[in-house]
Amino acid sequence: MLDSALSIFRTGRNLARLMEGLGITLQISAAAVGLSLLLGIPAGLLMAGRRPLIPKLLRLYLEIIRVMPILVLLFLFYYSLSRFLNINLSAMTVSVLVFTLWGTAEMSDLVRGAVSSLPRHQWESGRALGLNEMQVSLYVVFPQIVRRLLPGIINLTTRMIKTTPFVFFINLPDLLKVGQQIVEVSGIRNPLSSVWVYGFIFAVYFAICYPISLLSRYLELRWQS
Amino acid sequence: MDFEFITARAPLFGQAARLTVTLAFWGIIFSSAVGLVCAVIRFYRVPLLRQAAAGYIELARNTPLIVQLFFLYFGLPRLGVVWDGETCAIAGLTFLGGGYLAEAFRGGLSAVGRGQIEAGLSIGLNRFQLLRYVIIPQALAVALPAISAAVIFLMKETSVFSIVALPDLMYVAKDLLKEGYSGESNLMLVASYLVVILPVSLAFGYWERRLRFAGFGS
Repeated sequence: MLDSALSIFRTGRNLARLMEGLGITLQISAAAVGLSLLLGIPAGLLMAGRRPLIPKLLRLYLEIIRVMPILVLLFLFYYSLSRFLNINLSAMTVSVLVFTLWGTAEMSDLVRGAVSSLPRHQWESGRALGLNEMQVSLYVVFPQIVRRLLPGIINLTTRMIKTTPFVFFINLPDLLKVGQQIVEVSGIRNPLSSVWVYGFIFAVYFAICYPISLLSRYLELRWQS
Repeated sequence: MDFEFITARAPLFGQAARLTVTLAFWGIIFSSAVGLVCAVIRFYRVPLLRQAAAGYIELARNTPLIVQLFFLYFGLPRLGVVWDGETCAIAGLTFLGGGYLAEAFRGGLSAVGRGQIEAGLSIGLNRFQLLRYVIIPQALAVALPAISAAVIFLMKETSVFSIVALPDLMYVAKDLLKEGYSGESNLMLVASYLVVILPVSLAFGYWERRLRFAGFGS
């Protein structure tokens, strides 16, 4: 039993290839989380603001992204964007783009929630001291909301990691796709290969996401008081 | 816009949407049952079962559905368990959703104060009445946003079912690519998902506002 499992991972470069696939998975998540932070924080601050139109437009954007399955967005961007804009984007670029669009929406809502839980007078005192709006956001509001935000951001990160196997559908050789290729090759000689390989991928995802969600829960409990 | 194309392919999308709704419906019903059982086990701190439920919830919440489905559809038959695509889809969605809904229900149950339960018992309510009139109304109001998020999430996750060879909306859209790219086909894909998910999302939003208006929750 165990021999059949070990032989799959020892054959050729199978294990190395799986790790390369995992690398793609992690690259997409890391890039998307980084970009979502960069775009989502200002968007969230705008959403919590009192300008007449911008918060409504951002809200609409959030609702649209929330209702559409990520897979549909990936599919649309991969097959339509090149068509309409006449640009050729690699599957990797499309993945990061779509995950960022989604992450920005979710991040902005997290930031909006954290900002609006902050008492109004924090803004007003900052303004009264002669800071401009940008300075108030940066020096007064932001340091105070980081604690409230961090568990949500970490949680979003695990959600992104768990959504990365969707890139399978646009033929990116992520962990799952590589796994499938290995099963296709070794399945004939080794009938149990699908059990081992998919079981392994299941375990890898769990090994990555579980510690991160533990961290998020720990921070939430610790910073609640 | 090619309306001939749209009318000709509309039944295809209609059928696929019906399949998506059916699978999501059963998946969510079973998920709710699994989630409720887990939440109650944890609420009453049943020994052993409590640890098992906690372990299951972590497994379900920290792994992707698509990997769970690959294991069910391609792995299990090698171990002698052969399930068709629909069974795998519903089983996978139930495995995933049970974990999410268990957490949502648990959040609601833990928001009901011990004092509430003791007060209910002291005025002579029996266990069922306590559940019906004291625990559920308060727990539901608190848990509803989480339940709604989980249900919408599960409906969106159904989009991966084409990997277990089910002719769902994504399958149809991808299949139509064979006839060449068509913007109309993509438009129908988006429209179909809107028709399936938006009403559920709006209904939950309405329900949440009503419950909040009733003064429970935050």
